[in-house]
Amino acid sequence: MNLNQLTIKQASQKMAAGEITSVELTKACLERIKEVDGKIKACLTVCEKEALAEAKQADERRASGASGDLLGIPCLAKDNILTRGVKTTAASKILENYIAPYDATIIKKLRQAGAVLLGKTNLDEFAHGASTENSAFGPTHNPHDLERVSGGSSGGSAAAVAADMCIFALGTDTGGSIRQPASFCGAVGLKPTYGRSSRFGLIAMTSSTDVPGPLTKTVADASLVLSAIAGVDKNDATTVMAPLADFDKPADLAGVTIGLPKEYFIAGTDKGVTQVVEKAIADFKKLGVKFKEVSLPHTKYVVPVYYIITPSEISSNLSRFDGIKYGLSIQSDGAKADLMSIYTKSRGRGFGPEAKRRIMLGTYALSAGYYDAYYLKAQKVRTKIKQEMDEALEQVDCLLTPTAPHAAFKIGQQSNDPLKMYLEDIFVAGASLAGLPAISLPAGFDNELPVGLQLIGKRFAEATLFRIGHGYEQATEWHLKKAKINN
Amino acid sequence: MPLSKEEIKHIAKLARLDLTDAELEKYGGQLSDVLNYIDQLKEVEVKGVEPTAQVTGQENVLREDKIEDWNEKEIEEALTDAPEKEDRFIKVKRVIE
Repeated sequence: MNLNQLTIKQASQKMAAGEITSVELTKACLERIKEVDGKIKACLTVCEKEALAEAKQADERRASGASGDLLGIPCLAKDNILTRGVKTTAASKILENYIAPYDATIIKKLRQAGAVLLGKTNLDEFAHGASTENSAFGPTHNPHDLERVSGGSSGGSAAAVAADMCIFALGTDTGGSIRQPASFCGAVGLKPTYGRSSRFGLIAMTSSTDVPGPLTKTVADASLVLSAIAGVDKNDATTVMAPLADFDKPADLAGVTIGLPKEYFIAGTDKGVTQVVEKAIADFKKLGVKFKEVSLPHTKYVVPVYYIITPSEISSNLSRFDGIKYGLSIQSDGAKADLMSIYTKSRGRGFGPEAKRRIMLGTYALSAGYYDAYYLKAQKVRTKIKQEMDEALEQVDCLLTPTAPHAAFKIGQQSNDPLKMYLEDIFVAGASLAGLPAISLPAGFDNELPVGLQLIGKRFAEATLFRIGHGYEQATEWHLKKAKINN
Repeated sequence: MPLSKEEIKHIAKLARLDLTDAELEKYGGQLSDVLNYIDQLKEVEVKGVEPTAQVTGQENVLREDKIEDWNEKEIEEALTDAPEKEDRFIKVKRVIE
Protein backbone atom coordinates (compact mmCIF):
# COMPACT_ATOMS: atom_id res chain seq x y z
CA MET A 1 0.00 0.00 0.00
CA ASN A 2 1.28 3.48 -0.79
CA LEU A 3 1.60 5.78 2.19
CA ASN A 4 -1.00 8.22 0.83
CA GLN A 5 -3.56 5.41 0.94
CA LEU A 6 -3.35 5.11 4.72
CA THR A 7 -6.08 6.23 7.08
CA ILE A 8 -5.36 8.67 9.93
CA LYS A 9 -5.34 5.79 12.40
CA GLN A 10 -2.98 3.67 10.34
CA ALA A 11 -0.60 6.54 9.57
CA SER A 12 -0.59 7.70 13.16
CA GLN A 13 0.23 4.21 14.43
CA LYS A 14 3.06 3.82 11.92
CA MET A 15 4.55 7.19 12.84
CA ALA A 16 4.29 6.41 16.56
CA ALA A 17 6.07 3.11 15.91
CA GLY A 18 8.82 4.91 14.00
CA GLU A 19 8.04 3.04 10.77
CA ILE A 20 7.35 6.14 8.71
CA THR A 21 7.81 9.90 9.05
CA SER A 22 5.46 12.76 8.37
CA VAL A 23 7.82 13.95 5.64
CA GLU A 24 7.49 10.59 3.85
CA LEU A 25 3.73 10.65 4.27
CA THR A 26 3.50 14.22 3.02
CA LYS A 27 5.75 13.48 0.03
CA ALA A 28 3.53 10.52 -0.90
CA CYS A 29 0.44 12.75 -0.88
CA LEU A 30 2.17 15.46 -2.91
CA GLU A 31 3.27 12.80 -5.42
CA ARG A 32 -0.27 11.50 -5.68
CA ILE A 33 -1.60 15.01 -6.27
CA LYS A 34 0.91 15.43 -9.11
CA GLU A 35 -0.08 12.03 -10.47
CA VAL A 36 -3.86 12.42 -10.65
CA ASP A 37 -4.98 15.94 -9.98
CA GLY A 38 -4.43 17.01 -13.57
CA LYS A 39 -7.49 14.87 -14.39
CA ILE A 40 -9.50 15.28 -11.20
CA LYS A 41 -8.84 18.96 -10.46
CA ALA A 42 -9.59 18.77 -6.77
CA CYS A 43 -6.93 21.25 -5.66
CA LEU A 44 -6.93 25.00 -6.26
CA THR A 45 -3.69 25.63 -4.38
CA VAL A 46 -0.95 23.20 -3.39
CA CYS A 47 1.50 24.39 -0.72
CA GLU A 48 4.36 22.02 -1.41
CA LYS A 49 7.18 23.91 0.32
CA GLU A 50 5.11 24.89 3.34
CA ALA A 51 3.71 21.38 3.74
CA LEU A 52 7.15 19.77 3.72
CA ALA A 53 8.33 22.32 6.29
CA GLU A 54 5.31 21.59 8.49
CA ALA A 55 5.92 17.85 8.11
CA LYS A 56 9.53 18.27 9.18
CA GLN A 57 8.35 20.25 12.20
CA ALA A 58 5.86 17.53 13.09
CA ASP A 59 8.61 14.90 12.97
CA GLU A 60 10.79 17.10 15.20
CA ARG A 61 7.95 17.59 17.67
CA ARG A 62 7.44 13.82 17.78
CA ALA A 63 11.16 13.27 18.32
CA SER A 64 11.05 15.53 21.38
CA GLY A 65 8.19 13.57 22.88
CA ALA A 66 5.02 15.08 21.38
CA SER A 67 2.24 12.77 20.29
CA GLY A 68 -1.34 12.96 19.09
CA ASP A 69 -3.69 11.43 16.58
CA LEU A 70 -3.22 14.17 14.00
CA LEU A 71 0.47 14.91 14.53
CA GLY A 72 2.11 14.90 11.11
CA ILE A 73 -1.04 13.92 9.22
CA PRO A 74 -1.37 15.66 5.80
CA CYS A 75 -4.74 17.19 4.95
CA LEU A 76 -6.46 19.50 2.48
CA ALA A 77 -8.89 22.30 3.36
CA LYS A 78 -11.85 23.59 1.34
CA ASP A 79 -11.00 26.96 -0.13
CA ASN A 80 -13.69 28.84 1.80
CA ILE A 81 -11.73 28.31 5.00
CA LEU A 82 -9.19 31.03 5.77
CA THR A 83 -5.57 29.88 5.94
CA ARG A 84 -3.07 32.58 6.83
CA GLY A 85 -0.63 33.51 4.09
CA VAL A 86 -2.30 31.15 1.64
CA LYS A 87 -4.63 32.19 -1.18
CA THR A 88 -8.26 31.69 -0.15
CA THR A 89 -10.60 32.21 -3.05
CA ALA A 90 -13.98 30.63 -2.24
CA ALA A 91 -13.62 29.49 -5.91
CA SER A 92 -14.66 32.99 -6.95
CA LYS A 93 -13.13 35.57 -9.26
CA ILE A 94 -13.95 38.21 -6.67
CA LEU A 95 -11.33 36.65 -4.37
CA GLU A 96 -9.04 35.24 -7.03
CA ASN A 97 -5.91 36.77 -5.51
CA TYR A 98 -6.99 37.17 -1.92
CA ILE A 99 -4.41 36.06 0.65
CA ALA A 100 -5.99 35.31 4.01
CA PRO A 101 -4.52 37.44 6.83
CA TYR A 102 -5.44 34.95 9.55
CA ASP A 103 -6.20 31.29 10.19
CA ALA A 104 -9.72 30.08 10.81
CA THR A 105 -10.08 28.71 14.34
CA ILE A 106 -10.42 25.15 13.05
CA ILE A 107 -7.19 25.57 11.05
CA LYS A 108 -5.45 26.94 14.14
CA LYS A 109 -6.60 23.88 16.08
CA LEU A 110 -5.38 21.49 13.39
CA ARG A 111 -2.01 23.23 13.30
CA GLN A 112 -1.75 22.96 17.08
CA ALA A 113 -2.47 19.25 16.76
CA GLY A 114 0.38 19.04 14.24
CA ALA A 115 -1.61 18.35 11.08
CA VAL A 116 0.12 19.31 7.80
CA LEU A 117 -1.77 21.51 5.32
CA LEU A 118 -1.16 20.28 1.76
CA GLY A 119 -3.29 22.95 0.12
CA LYS A 120 -6.84 24.14 -0.64
CA THR A 121 -9.58 22.38 -2.50
CA ASN A 122 -12.13 23.34 -5.13
CA LEU A 123 -15.75 24.08 -4.32
CA ASP A 124 -18.86 25.60 -5.82
CA GLU A 125 -18.30 29.36 -5.68
CA PHE A 126 -18.98 30.55 -2.11
CA ALA A 127 -20.30 27.04 -1.42
CA HIS A 128 -23.36 27.68 -3.59
CA GLY A 129 -24.08 24.41 -5.29
CA ALA A 130 -24.27 20.64 -5.27
CA SER A 131 -21.80 19.67 -7.98
CA THR A 132 -18.71 21.94 -7.82
CA GLU A 133 -19.67 23.07 -11.35
CA ASN A 134 -20.24 26.58 -10.02
CA SER A 135 -16.55 27.02 -9.29
CA ALA A 136 -15.11 29.96 -11.23
CA PHE A 137 -12.07 27.77 -11.89
CA GLY A 138 -13.72 24.71 -13.44
CA PRO A 139 -15.41 21.62 -11.96
CA THR A 140 -13.81 18.79 -10.03
CA HIS A 141 -14.12 15.41 -11.72
CA ASN A 142 -15.33 12.34 -9.87
CA PRO A 143 -12.45 9.86 -9.31
CA HIS A 144 -14.84 6.97 -10.04
CA ASP A 145 -15.81 8.38 -13.43
CA LEU A 146 -14.01 11.45 -14.69
CA GLU A 147 -16.99 12.51 -16.83
CA ARG A 148 -19.14 12.92 -13.76
CA VAL A 149 -19.34 15.50 -11.03
CA SER A 150 -17.82 15.01 -7.63
CA GLY A 151 -20.85 16.53 -5.92
CA GLY A 152 -20.80 19.80 -4.03
CA SER A 153 -20.13 22.14 -2.68
CA SER A 154 -17.15 20.37 -1.01
CA GLY A 155 -16.47 18.44 -4.23
CA GLY A 156 -12.73 19.06 -4.21
CA SER A 157 -12.31 17.76 -0.65
CA ALA A 158 -14.44 14.67 -1.31
CA ALA A 159 -12.64 13.78 -4.54
CA ALA A 160 -9.24 14.33 -2.92
CA VAL A 161 -10.04 11.93 -0.06
CA ALA A 162 -11.51 9.35 -2.44
CA ALA A 163 -8.41 9.54 -4.65
CA ASP A 164 -6.02 9.36 -1.67
CA MET A 165 -4.51 12.78 -2.40
CA CYS A 166 -4.56 13.42 1.34
CA ILE A 167 -5.26 11.49 4.52
CA PHE A 168 -8.31 13.62 5.35
CA ALA A 169 -9.91 16.85 4.25
CA LEU A 170 -12.01 19.65 5.69
CA GLY A 171 -15.26 20.76 4.16
CA THR A 172 -18.24 22.88 5.14
CA ASP A 173 -21.86 21.75 5.16
CA THR A 174 -24.67 24.25 4.93
CA GLY A 175 -27.38 22.22 3.23
CA GLY A 176 -25.58 18.97 2.44
CA SER A 177 -22.26 20.20 1.11
CA ILE A 178 -20.11 17.64 2.95
CA ARG A 179 -22.53 14.73 2.87
CA GLN A 180 -23.62 14.80 -0.78
CA PRO A 181 -20.10 14.93 -2.30
CA ALA A 182 -19.03 12.25 0.20
CA SER A 183 -21.88 10.11 -1.16
CA PHE A 184 -20.95 10.80 -4.79
CA CYS A 185 -17.25 10.05 -4.24
CA GLY A 186 -17.42 7.16 -1.77
CA ALA A 187 -16.00 8.92 1.28
CA VAL A 188 -17.24 9.40 4.84
CA GLY A 189 -18.60 12.92 5.34
CA LEU A 190 -19.77 14.32 8.65
CA LYS A 191 -21.86 17.43 9.24
CA PRO A 192 -21.43 18.05 12.97
CA THR A 193 -24.16 19.58 15.12
CA TYR A 194 -24.52 23.32 14.53
CA GLY A 195 -22.39 24.97 17.20
CA ARG A 196 -20.03 22.01 17.64
CA SER A 197 -17.10 23.67 15.89
CA SER A 198 -16.24 27.28 15.25
CA ARG A 199 -17.20 29.13 12.10
CA PHE A 200 -14.65 31.87 12.78
CA GLY A 201 -12.54 32.17 9.65
CA LEU A 202 -15.06 30.41 7.42
CA ILE A 203 -16.24 32.56 4.52
CA ALA A 204 -19.83 32.85 5.66
CA MET A 205 -22.68 31.57 3.54
CA THR A 206 -25.78 30.78 5.60
CA SER A 207 -24.79 31.73 9.11
CA SER A 208 -27.65 29.83 10.72
CA THR A 209 -26.73 26.47 9.18
CA ASP A 210 -23.01 26.59 8.15
CA VAL A 211 -20.90 23.94 9.89
CA PRO A 212 -17.29 22.92 9.17
CA GLY A 213 -16.59 19.18 9.25
CA PRO A 214 -14.37 16.30 8.13
CA LEU A 215 -14.26 14.17 4.98
CA THR A 216 -12.37 10.97 5.71
CA LYS A 217 -11.77 7.41 4.59
CA THR A 218 -13.29 5.82 7.69
CA VAL A 219 -15.74 6.64 10.46
CA ALA A 220 -13.06 6.31 13.14
CA ASP A 221 -10.97 8.92 11.29
CA ALA A 222 -13.94 11.31 11.22
CA SER A 223 -14.19 11.12 14.99
CA LEU A 224 -10.47 11.92 15.33
CA VAL A 225 -10.81 15.05 13.20
CA LEU A 226 -13.97 16.15 14.98
CA SER A 227 -12.24 15.86 18.35
CA ALA A 228 -9.53 18.19 17.08
CA ILE A 229 -11.76 20.88 15.59
CA ALA A 230 -14.64 20.86 18.07
CA GLY A 231 -14.94 23.33 20.91
CA VAL A 232 -16.22 26.65 22.15
CA ASP A 233 -14.57 29.66 20.52
CA LYS A 234 -14.94 33.16 21.92
CA ASN A 235 -14.81 34.43 18.35
CA ASP A 236 -17.96 32.46 17.44
CA ALA A 237 -20.82 33.09 19.82
CA THR A 238 -22.84 30.23 18.36
CA THR A 239 -20.41 27.57 19.56
CA VAL A 240 -21.71 25.50 22.41
CA MET A 241 -20.09 23.83 25.37
CA ALA A 242 -21.17 20.23 24.75
CA PRO A 243 -19.15 17.21 25.71
CA LEU A 244 -18.03 15.02 22.85
CA ALA A 245 -18.74 11.57 24.21
CA ASP A 246 -16.12 8.93 23.72
CA PHE A 247 -16.65 6.90 20.63
CA ASP A 248 -16.64 3.44 22.07
CA LYS A 249 -16.64 0.66 19.55
CA PRO A 250 -18.72 -2.29 20.63
CA ALA A 251 -18.67 -5.09 18.11
CA ASP A 252 -22.42 -5.42 17.88
CA LEU A 253 -25.22 -2.93 17.54
CA ALA A 254 -27.89 -4.99 19.32
CA GLY A 255 -30.28 -2.70 21.11
CA VAL A 256 -29.96 0.12 18.58
CA THR A 257 -33.20 1.38 17.05
CA ILE A 258 -33.08 3.34 13.81
CA GLY A 259 -35.98 5.39 12.47
CA LEU A 260 -36.96 5.35 8.80
CA PRO A 261 -38.79 8.59 7.96
CA LYS A 262 -41.29 7.54 5.35
CA GLU A 263 -41.23 10.87 3.53
CA TYR A 264 -37.56 10.22 2.62
CA PHE A 265 -38.38 6.98 0.81
CA ILE A 266 -40.27 8.28 -2.18
CA ALA A 267 -40.61 7.86 -5.89
CA GLY A 268 -38.03 9.97 -7.65
CA THR A 269 -35.09 8.25 -5.96
CA ASP A 270 -33.09 6.14 -8.44
CA LYS A 271 -33.73 2.41 -8.26
CA GLY A 272 -30.00 1.78 -7.78
CA VAL A 273 -29.96 3.99 -4.67
CA THR A 274 -33.10 2.40 -3.24
CA GLN A 275 -31.57 -1.06 -3.67
CA VAL A 276 -28.36 -0.02 -1.91
CA VAL A 277 -30.29 1.44 1.02
CA GLU A 278 -32.59 -1.61 1.27
CA LYS A 279 -29.54 -3.89 1.41
CA ALA A 280 -27.99 -1.64 4.06
CA ILE A 281 -31.15 -1.95 6.17
CA ALA A 282 -30.93 -5.74 5.83
CA ASP A 283 -27.24 -5.62 6.84
CA PHE A 284 -28.07 -3.50 9.87
CA LYS A 285 -30.77 -5.99 10.88
CA LYS A 286 -28.16 -8.77 10.78
CA LEU A 287 -26.14 -6.70 13.24
CA GLY A 288 -29.08 -6.66 15.64
CA VAL A 289 -30.51 -3.24 14.79
CA LYS A 290 -34.26 -2.69 14.99
CA PHE A 291 -36.09 -0.36 12.65
CA LYS A 292 -39.11 1.82 13.25
CA GLU A 293 -41.14 3.79 10.75
CA VAL A 294 -41.46 7.45 11.68
CA SER A 295 -43.08 10.36 9.91
CA LEU A 296 -41.78 13.87 9.19
CA PRO A 297 -44.81 15.42 7.49
CA HIS A 298 -43.17 18.78 6.66
CA THR A 299 -40.34 17.16 4.67
CA LYS A 300 -41.74 18.41 1.37
CA TYR A 301 -41.20 21.98 2.54
CA VAL A 302 -37.53 21.49 3.46
CA VAL A 303 -36.14 22.60 0.09
CA PRO A 304 -38.41 25.66 -0.33
CA VAL A 305 -37.67 26.76 3.24
CA TYR A 306 -33.95 26.22 2.71
CA TYR A 307 -34.01 28.20 -0.53
CA ILE A 308 -35.54 31.23 1.10
CA ILE A 309 -33.42 31.25 4.23
CA THR A 310 -30.17 30.46 2.47
CA PRO A 311 -30.31 33.16 -0.22
CA SER A 312 -31.52 35.69 2.35
CA GLU A 313 -28.56 35.09 4.62
CA ILE A 314 -26.24 34.89 1.60
CA SER A 315 -27.41 38.29 0.33
CA SER A 316 -26.41 39.73 3.66
CA ASN A 317 -23.13 37.83 4.04
CA LEU A 318 -21.90 38.56 0.53
CA SER A 319 -22.49 42.28 0.82
CA ARG A 320 -19.02 42.60 2.32
CA PHE A 321 -17.52 41.86 -1.11
CA ASP A 322 -17.75 45.40 -2.40
CA GLY A 323 -14.39 46.16 -3.99
CA ILE A 324 -13.35 48.42 -1.10
CA LYS A 325 -11.41 46.46 1.52
CA TYR A 326 -10.20 43.44 -0.44
CA GLY A 327 -10.90 41.35 -3.48
CA LEU A 328 -11.67 42.33 -7.03
CA SER A 329 -12.06 46.07 -7.35
CA ILE A 330 -13.14 47.77 -10.57
CA GLN A 331 -12.08 51.31 -9.75
CA SER A 332 -12.89 52.95 -13.06
CA ASP A 333 -14.39 51.62 -16.21
CA GLY A 334 -14.53 54.35 -18.84
CA ALA A 335 -17.78 55.78 -17.56
CA LYS A 336 -17.99 57.62 -14.27
CA ALA A 337 -16.08 56.07 -11.39
CA ASP A 338 -18.09 56.71 -8.27
CA LEU A 339 -18.81 54.61 -5.19
CA MET A 340 -21.91 52.98 -6.67
CA SER A 341 -20.10 51.93 -9.82
CA ILE A 342 -17.25 50.36 -7.84
CA TYR A 343 -19.83 48.32 -5.96
CA THR A 344 -21.94 47.28 -8.93
CA LYS A 345 -19.07 46.58 -11.33
CA SER A 346 -16.81 44.77 -8.89
CA ARG A 347 -19.70 42.57 -7.80
CA GLY A 348 -21.16 42.25 -11.29
CA ARG A 349 -17.84 41.04 -12.71
CA GLY A 350 -16.55 39.19 -9.68
CA PHE A 351 -19.53 37.00 -8.79
CA GLY A 352 -20.58 33.99 -10.86
CA PRO A 353 -24.17 33.35 -11.99
CA GLU A 354 -25.28 31.21 -9.04
CA ALA A 355 -23.92 33.67 -6.49
CA LYS A 356 -25.77 36.47 -8.27
CA ARG A 357 -28.99 34.46 -8.46
CA ARG A 358 -28.90 33.73 -4.75
CA ILE A 359 -28.01 37.30 -3.80
CA MET A 360 -30.97 38.54 -5.82
CA LEU A 361 -33.35 35.92 -4.48
CA GLY A 362 -32.34 36.87 -0.95
CA THR A 363 -32.51 40.59 -1.60
CA TYR A 364 -36.04 40.14 -2.94
CA ALA A 365 -37.15 37.91 -0.06
CA LEU A 366 -35.88 40.40 2.50
CA SER A 367 -37.03 43.56 0.79
CA ALA A 368 -39.80 45.79 2.06
CA GLY A 369 -43.18 44.23 1.50
CA TYR A 370 -41.84 40.73 1.05
CA TYR A 371 -40.03 39.97 4.33
CA ASP A 372 -43.14 38.63 6.11
CA ALA A 373 -44.35 36.54 3.21
CA TYR A 374 -41.02 34.94 2.55
CA TYR A 375 -38.27 35.07 5.18
CA LEU A 376 -40.45 35.20 8.28
CA LYS A 377 -42.79 32.51 6.94
CA ALA A 378 -39.83 30.29 6.06
CA GLN A 379 -38.37 30.63 9.56
CA LYS A 380 -41.71 29.60 11.05
CA VAL A 381 -41.99 26.54 8.81
CA ARG A 382 -38.38 25.83 9.78
CA THR A 383 -39.48 25.66 13.42
CA LYS A 384 -42.01 22.99 12.50
CA ILE A 385 -39.43 21.03 10.52
CA LYS A 386 -37.02 21.19 13.47
CA GLN A 387 -39.67 20.22 16.02
CA GLU A 388 -40.84 17.17 14.17
CA MET A 389 -37.26 15.94 13.65
CA ASP A 390 -36.51 16.40 17.35
CA GLU A 391 -39.71 14.55 18.24
CA ALA A 392 -38.97 11.65 15.90
CA LEU A 393 -35.49 11.36 17.39
CA GLU A 394 -36.95 10.95 20.86
CA GLN A 395 -38.21 7.54 19.80
CA VAL A 396 -35.06 6.21 18.14
CA ASP A 397 -31.25 6.41 18.29
CA CYS A 398 -30.93 7.97 14.85
CA LEU A 399 -32.67 8.23 11.49
CA LEU A 400 -31.54 6.52 8.29
CA THR A 401 -32.14 7.91 4.80
CA PRO A 402 -30.43 7.91 1.41
CA THR A 403 -27.94 10.80 1.20
CA ALA A 404 -28.89 11.74 -2.37
CA PRO A 405 -31.65 10.69 -4.76
CA HIS A 406 -29.09 9.36 -7.24
CA ALA A 407 -25.40 8.72 -7.80
CA ALA A 408 -23.11 11.25 -9.50
CA PHE A 409 -24.55 12.77 -12.68
CA LYS A 410 -22.57 13.78 -15.74
CA ILE A 411 -20.81 17.14 -15.80
CA GLY A 412 -23.07 19.64 -17.56
CA GLN A 413 -26.20 17.50 -17.26
CA GLN A 414 -28.01 19.74 -14.76
CA SER A 415 -26.17 23.02 -14.91
CA ASN A 416 -28.82 24.83 -16.91
CA ASP A 417 -31.53 24.18 -14.41
CA PRO A 418 -30.90 25.87 -11.04
CA LEU A 419 -34.13 24.55 -9.56
CA LYS A 420 -33.21 20.94 -10.42
CA MET A 421 -29.87 21.49 -8.72
CA TYR A 422 -31.63 22.72 -5.58
CA LEU A 423 -33.49 19.41 -5.39
CA GLU A 424 -30.15 17.64 -4.83
CA ASP A 425 -30.53 18.81 -1.26
CA ILE A 426 -33.82 17.06 -0.70
CA PHE A 427 -32.57 14.53 1.85
CA VAL A 428 -29.80 16.55 3.43
CA ALA A 429 -31.17 20.06 4.01
CA GLY A 430 -33.58 18.98 6.77
CA ALA A 431 -30.80 18.12 9.23
CA SER A 432 -29.15 21.45 8.37
CA LEU A 433 -32.28 23.46 9.13
CA ALA A 434 -32.68 21.64 12.42
CA GLY A 435 -28.97 21.94 13.29
CA LEU A 436 -28.66 18.18 13.82
CA PRO A 437 -25.53 16.09 13.23
CA ALA A 438 -25.59 13.85 10.16
CA ILE A 439 -23.09 11.55 8.50
CA SER A 440 -22.91 10.03 5.02
CA LEU A 441 -21.33 6.57 4.80
CA PRO A 442 -20.30 4.61 1.72
CA ALA A 443 -23.07 2.01 1.36
CA GLY A 444 -22.54 0.45 -2.03
CA PHE A 445 -22.53 1.21 -5.72
CA ASP A 446 -25.00 1.89 -8.51
CA ASN A 447 -23.44 0.99 -11.87
CA GLU A 448 -19.99 1.36 -10.26
CA LEU A 449 -20.81 4.81 -8.89
CA PRO A 450 -20.71 5.26 -5.10
CA VAL A 451 -23.94 5.56 -3.16
CA GLY A 452 -24.01 6.92 0.38
CA LEU A 453 -26.48 6.42 3.18
CA GLN A 454 -27.20 9.12 5.72
CA LEU A 455 -27.62 8.79 9.47
CA ILE A 456 -29.13 11.79 11.30
CA GLY A 457 -28.57 12.00 15.04
CA LYS A 458 -29.81 13.87 18.08
CA ARG A 459 -28.26 17.25 18.81
CA PHE A 460 -24.59 16.82 19.90
CA ALA A 461 -24.81 13.02 19.67
CA GLU A 462 -22.08 12.56 17.04
CA ALA A 463 -20.70 9.69 19.14
CA THR A 464 -23.87 7.71 18.44
CA LEU A 465 -23.49 8.30 14.71
CA PHE A 466 -19.86 7.18 14.92
CA ARG A 467 -20.75 4.06 16.86
CA ILE A 468 -23.51 2.98 14.49
CA GLY A 469 -21.59 4.05 11.38
CA HIS A 470 -18.44 2.26 12.47
CA GLY A 471 -20.37 -0.94 13.14
CA TYR A 472 -21.87 -0.84 9.65
CA GLU A 473 -18.56 0.06 8.04
CA GLN A 474 -16.65 -2.80 9.66
CA ALA A 475 -19.36 -5.30 8.71
CA THR A 476 -19.63 -4.26 5.08
CA GLU A 477 -16.25 -2.76 4.02
CA TRP A 478 -17.63 -0.53 1.21
CA HIS A 479 -15.04 2.05 2.21
CA LEU A 480 -12.27 -0.28 1.00
CA LYS A 481 -13.52 -0.26 -2.59
CA LYS A 482 -11.31 2.47 -4.02
CA ALA A 483 -11.69 4.43 -7.22
CA LYS A 484 -9.78 3.23 -10.25
CA ILE A 485 -8.89 6.48 -11.87
CA ASN A 486 -9.42 5.83 -15.55
CA ASN A 487 -7.40 7.51 -18.22
CA MET B 1 -45.74 35.34 -10.47
CA PRO B 2 -43.04 36.12 -13.02
CA LEU B 3 -40.86 39.08 -12.12
CA SER B 4 -40.94 42.02 -14.53
CA LYS B 5 -37.75 43.44 -16.01
CA GLU B 6 -38.26 46.54 -13.87
CA GLU B 7 -38.48 44.46 -10.71
CA ILE B 8 -35.29 42.55 -11.61
CA LYS B 9 -33.48 45.83 -12.30
CA HIS B 10 -34.66 47.16 -8.94
CA ILE B 11 -33.44 44.05 -7.10
CA ALA B 12 -30.11 44.22 -8.92
CA LYS B 13 -29.70 47.82 -7.81
CA LEU B 14 -30.53 46.98 -4.19
CA ALA B 15 -28.01 44.15 -4.38
CA ARG B 16 -25.42 46.45 -5.98
CA LEU B 17 -25.01 44.14 -8.97
CA ASP B 18 -24.25 45.41 -12.46
CA LEU B 19 -26.01 43.00 -14.83
CA THR B 20 -25.93 42.85 -18.62
CA ASP B 21 -29.22 42.79 -20.54
CA ALA B 22 -28.70 39.10 -21.25
CA GLU B 23 -28.17 38.41 -17.54
CA LEU B 24 -31.26 40.42 -16.58
CA GLU B 25 -33.32 38.29 -18.96
CA LYS B 26 -31.82 34.96 -17.90
CA TYR B 27 -31.86 35.53 -14.15
CA GLY B 28 -35.33 37.03 -14.31
CA GLY B 29 -36.71 33.82 -15.74
CA GLN B 30 -34.78 31.59 -13.35
CA LEU B 31 -35.72 33.68 -10.31
CA SER B 32 -39.38 33.56 -11.29
CA ASP B 33 -39.19 29.77 -11.53
CA VAL B 34 -37.66 29.50 -8.07
CA LEU B 35 -40.20 31.90 -6.54
CA ASN B 36 -43.00 29.86 -8.07
CA TYR B 37 -41.61 26.73 -6.50
CA ILE B 38 -41.22 28.43 -3.13
CA ASP B 39 -44.82 29.62 -3.25
CA GLN B 40 -46.00 26.26 -1.89
CA LEU B 41 -45.06 27.53 1.58
CA LYS B 42 -48.37 29.42 1.45
CA GLU B 43 -50.09 26.11 2.29
CA VAL B 44 -48.40 25.68 5.64
CA GLU B 45 -50.33 26.58 8.77
CA VAL B 46 -48.03 28.48 11.12
CA LYS B 47 -50.40 30.13 13.59
CA GLY B 48 -48.71 30.50 16.94
CA VAL B 49 -45.37 29.19 15.65
CA GLU B 50 -42.26 31.14 16.60
CA PRO B 51 -39.71 31.74 13.84
CA THR B 52 -36.39 29.92 14.36
CA ALA B 53 -33.84 32.53 15.39
CA GLN B 54 -31.18 29.94 16.15
CA VAL B 55 -31.15 26.21 16.62
CA THR B 56 -29.09 25.58 19.74
CA GLY B 57 -31.13 27.35 22.40
CA GLN B 58 -28.32 29.66 23.42
CA GLU B 59 -28.94 32.93 25.23
CA ASN B 60 -26.94 36.12 25.42
CA VAL B 61 -23.35 35.04 24.85
CA LEU B 62 -21.49 38.11 26.10
CA ARG B 63 -17.95 39.29 26.54
CA GLU B 64 -16.20 42.16 28.31
CA ASP B 65 -16.25 45.41 26.38
CA LYS B 66 -12.47 45.47 26.13
CA ILE B 67 -10.40 46.36 23.10
CA GLU B 68 -8.16 43.58 21.84
CA ASP B 69 -5.66 45.00 19.39
CA TRP B 70 -4.55 43.11 16.32
CA ASN B 71 -0.81 42.63 16.17
CA GLU B 72 1.22 44.79 13.77
CA LYS B 73 1.94 41.95 11.37
CA GLU B 74 -1.73 41.01 11.06
CA ILE B 75 -2.60 44.65 10.37
CA GLU B 76 0.00 44.80 7.60
CA GLU B 77 -1.26 41.59 6.04
CA ALA B 78 -4.85 42.74 6.13
CA LEU B 79 -3.99 46.10 4.57
CA THR B 80 -2.05 44.36 1.80
CA ASP B 81 -5.32 43.14 0.32
CA ALA B 82 -6.86 46.62 0.08
CA PRO B 83 -7.21 47.96 -3.47
CA GLU B 84 -6.69 51.66 -2.67
CA LYS B 85 -4.70 52.86 0.30
CA GLU B 86 -3.23 56.01 1.73
CA ASP B 87 -0.87 55.52 4.65
CA ARG B 88 -2.73 53.35 7.14
CA PHE B 89 -6.14 54.10 5.65
CA ILE B 90 -8.20 52.31 3.06
CA LYS B 91 -9.38 54.82 0.46
CA VAL B 92 -13.03 55.05 -0.53
CA LYS B 93 -14.68 57.20 -3.15
CA ARG B 94 -16.74 60.16 -2.00
CA VAL B 95 -19.79 58.86 -0.15
CA ILE B 96 -21.83 62.07 0.08
CA GLU B 97 -22.16 64.16 -3.06
